[in-house]
Amino acid sequence: MRSLRRFLDKVKPQFQRGGKYEKLQSTFDAFETFLFVPDHTTQSGSHIRDSIDMKRTMSVVVIALIPTLLFGIWNVGYQHFLSHAIETGFWAKVAYGAWKVIPIVVVSYVVGLGIEFIFAQYRHHEVNEGFLVSGMLIPLVLPPDIPLWMVAVATAFAVIIGKEVFGGTGMNILNPALTARAFLFFAYPASMSGEKVWIAEKADTFSGATPLAEAALGTGDGTVTFSHSFADMFFGFIPGSIGETSTLAILIGAVILAVTGIGSLRIMLSVVAGGLFMGILGKIIGLNAYMEIPFYYHLVMGGFAFGTVYMATDPVTAAQTGMGKIWYGFFIGVVAVLIRVFNPAYPEGMMLAILLMNVFAPLIDHYVVESNIKRRLKRTRKNNAMDAKPQTV
Amino acid sequence: MPKTIKITKGLDIKLKGAAEKTLSVIKPESFAIKPADFIGVFPRLLVKEGDQVQAGTPIFFDKFRENIVFTAQHSGKVTEIKRGDKRVLLEIRIEAEDVNKQIDFEPAKPESQAREQLKEKLLKSGLWTLIRQRPYNIIANPDTTPKSIFISAFDSAPLAADYDFVINGKGDEFQTGLNVLKGLTDGKVYLNIGQDTKAPEFLNAKNVEITLFKGPHPAGNVGTQINHLDPINKGEIVWTIKPQDVATIGYLFLKGVINPEIIVALAGSEVIKTGYYKTIRGGCIKKMVESNVSDTDVRYISGNVLTGSKIRPDNYLDFYDSLVTVIKEGNYHEFLGWALPGFSKFSTSRSFPAFLTPNKTFVLDTNLHGGERAYVMTGKFEQVFPMDILPLQLIKAIIFEDIDLMENLGIYEVEPEDFALVEFIDTSKTNIQALVRKGLEIMRKEMN
Repeated sequence: MRSLRRFLDKVKPQFQRGGKYEKLQSTFDAFETFLFVPDHTTQSGSHIRDSIDMKRTMSVVVIALIPTLLFGIWNVGYQHFLSHAIETGFWAKVAYGAWKVIPIVVVSYVVGLGIEFIFAQYRHHEVNEGFLVSGMLIPLVLPPDIPLWMVAVATAFAVIIGKEVFGGTGMNILNPALTARAFLFFAYPASMSGEKVWIAEKADTFSGATPLAEAALGTGDGTVTFSHSFADMFFGFIPGSIGETSTLAILIGAVILAVTGIGSLRIMLSVVAGGLFMGILGKIIGLNAYMEIPFYYHLVMGGFAFGTVYMATDPVTAAQTGMGKIWYGFFIGVVAVLIRVFNPAYPEGMMLAILLMNVFAPLIDHYVVESNIKRRLKRTRKNNAMDAKPQTV
Repeated sequence: MPKTIKITKGLDIKLKGAAEKTLSVIKPESFAIKPADFIGVFPRLLVKEGDQVQAGTPIFFDKFRENIVFTAQHSGKVTEIKRGDKRVLLEIRIEAEDVNKQIDFEPAKPESQAREQLKEKLLKSGLWTLIRQRPYNIIANPDTTPKSIFISAFDSAPLAADYDFVINGKGDEFQTGLNVLKGLTDGKVYLNIGQDTKAPEFLNAKNVEITLFKGPHPAGNVGTQINHLDPINKGEIVWTIKPQDVATIGYLFLKGVINPEIIVALAGSEVIKTGYYKTIRGGCIKKMVESNVSDTDVRYISGNVLTGSKIRPDNYLDFYDSLVTVIKEGNYHEFLGWALPGFSKFSTSRSFPAFLTPNKTFVLDTNLHGGERAYVMTGKFEQVFPMDILPLQLIKAIIFEDIDLMENLGIYEVEPEDFALVEFIDTSKTNIQALVRKGLEIMRKEMN
């Protein structure tokens, strides 16, 4: 390692201001700090610091995403061969899935990180690690048959309009990965909805409807018949976005996030509570067939679980106060189910629910902060009243 | 049984190198008064190089509050007046004589003295400077009467001096000091003890309200204690003072002279022989650390690792400090340090294995462990901040200098030291204590 360090120290001056490659300073910096934690020491305040940093925080989230990625790769292959009624082995499915999924991941990272590097250089910042997570989330919420150019366009849109115009990681209002998905959903609906896109190169004769699409038939006067069992939906043997199908894989990620404390368990539980609450309420009211399905199906269908664990918990776009997180999560669950059972045009309520609550998170926080302020003002008034008393007596 | 308050939020950072309970006496060649130790003081010098001073001779006074005078703790010769950029007064160094010539301020019984007489004696002797006020942590304003006075009888910070050990045998002085403080307020004098406090000097103290604080650091921070017992509202003033300083004030009223002595702990992973030293307030640390520190690259800190200030090995203790900590410098590159498991590293994040061994002591250095970033994580600061204040929101209010919001979110109740743990655990590696100081200075300017 020492020779690598020596090499970096040798070439470093060329990447600094006035050097030959000064335009690549932030790129060099990103790679250098990736390889070596910098030798920076504390200059003011606390002389010792916790070992945690943004790189480790973000990489824990990426690790938590790996189960869904691996299962997604296998499932893409499984669904493809199922639709063609071809019997193959495990590795053939994985190979096919990888051939479909890996390019999407690569495009997302290359485009997103490229833009991040340019902005970091322009702003004279260090490159933020936030996109390490977004770059993995974007492929996982897209259908396997998405054209790669659309991935590139959506990623660019999400990073520039969703994040950088607000000032970069930590400043954005909307979750970047969901911004990418919403952009595609509204700009290219043919590639993001319907029956064709959820299975890679699907055989035309095969139905390929997702449980969400089947359930959406029940929003009007229709009936709901699921072609998959609850267990299939829980384990993930269903068509859908690459990473969202297996609730089990997502639960593994949830445990990683909750145990390390990097994802907010409070938000996850609140979303589930909100979803269940609305599911049960729907069941009681029972206006259409969708409402009549078992309420817990909402947790395993579509992107509910994925959104709960990886999207709603994004600390930047979620509510920031403890109490605010509970309300924020609860309303995501409520709104997601509400959109599902009433609106056939938007089968995936989760994406829109999270984006909507992202917008409302600052408002929720505002009321929590106000209540703290009111408590303090009340105390002040009480004390002043007590001070005033002896003078009047 | 005193009233008990249990703190649940907080963090005990267990570091190697706690001070052994042995007391050595040293006489430092010199001591110094550093105007920078006193927030908001603009010094007007009264001595020049080569002057002979006695213990109690005024050295400088505050331009803005002329009755606040800073005196020499020990007699000797002014050897150097050190100035920095733009002739800012940095240090007045005084060489301590062998025999301490002390100005006699006359002993007095605090119980029989009027408030004005108590104040006058403290101001004249320069010991008034030991009493500080909140908000702002400036030297108390003698023209005001505080609603209460707080003394924390234990320090919960990492490697802190054990106040039980330090106060041992000073019962009379401490009690006399408490009687003086009692005469300065119409409210209560709070003496807050910790779960390990055993010293009879504290437990049997009279004229005070004793409260037991249980739980992790910052239970021993006076800011935490004020917030739980008598929170500061807008327009209110609370005074604070440290136990050894109470005893110093008591000594003045008992004997009529300034006691220059202060007991200082020497601790930290890089100290060969830790222990306690009886020295002069503001004394040079050279005799304590000389050939007593491992020969790696080290950092000397006056105070504790969370809030202290960086000094050189031939520098002087800060006026209010009773601890010198020596830890390793962290100026090294670590290959893939953020990705490796990190078995020897301390972290509050459970992405490091440290949480599996809660009783292990760690050697921490001054490495920042990462680069500065925007705030991303939420809900973490609250876990180490045991006050009814929203830390992240207050920090952001300070960043955009919103005076009304800062006030509404409770800036009067806090001091940088209350945010030390928040700064320690911050994933974004920002300098929060400096920021809080800046916010308080904005408020102080706004209010005057």
